[in-house]
Amino acid sequence: MSTNQSEIRYLTPPTVEIKKKKYCRFKKNKIKYIDYKDPEFLKKFLNEQGKILPRRLTGTSLKYQRKVATAIKRARHLALLPYVTDMLK
Amino acid sequence: MLKQYETVFIVTPVLSEPQMKEAVNKFKSFLTEHGAEIVHSEDWGLKKLAYPIQKKSTGFYNLIEFKAEPALIAKLETEFRRDERVIRFLTFAMDKYAVEYSNKKRSMKEPIKVEE
Repeated sequence: MSTNQSEIRYLTPPTVEIKKKKYCRFKKNKIKYIDYKDPEFLKKFLNEQGKILPRRLTGTSLKYQRKVATAIKRARHLALLPYVTDMLK
Repeated sequence: MLKQYETVFIVTPVLSEPQMKEAVNKFKSFLTEHGAEIVHSEDWGLKKLAYPIQKKSTGFYNLIEFKAEPALIAKLETEFRRDERVIRFLTFAMDKYAVEYSNKKRSMKEPIKVEE
C-alpha cells in the first residue's frame, strides 16, 4: 500500500488553464456615456436571441452594466434592436 | 430651470419626403413656440425597423435635442400621441455625460467608434 504513495495518478490529467482576467471595457476606455443609437456596438452585449448577456460573461462593472441595459432597452423601443429574434449574429 | 432633452420619433413611411419634413417642422415649431430652445436636430432618413410597428417595416427617424422646462415634456408627448403620423417616440432627459457625448460627436462630425 505504501509503495505508490508519492506518485499520484489521475484518470484524466488535470487541466491547468490560465484564466484571462476580465475587465470592464468602459472603465478601461474611459467611456462615460453609452449611446443607444449605435446598435452595432450594443450587439456585443447580446446573445443570438437578442438577450442581454450577464456581467459574469462580459466582465462589465455593475455601474456600466446598468447603463448598457438602459441603452439596449431604449434601442429596442425605437426598433433599432429587436426584442426577440434568432440568429442575431 | 431648463433641462436638456433628447427626443427621437419615427414618422410613418406612408408619407412623401416633403410631408415628412412638414410633420417634423410642426414639432419643431411646437417646441419653439412653447419656450424651448432647439440645440440640434438630425434626420436619419428612412430606416428599416428591427420589428414591425403598426404593420410597417420602415420609418423616417428624426432626432431633436432641445432645452426646455420639465412641464413641457408632457405636452410634447400628448402631441406625439395625437398625431397619427408618428408611430413611435422616445424622450428622455440627458445627463451631463450624454450632453458631453453629443457635443463631442457633433464636433467630430462622425460617430465615435469604440475599439476593442
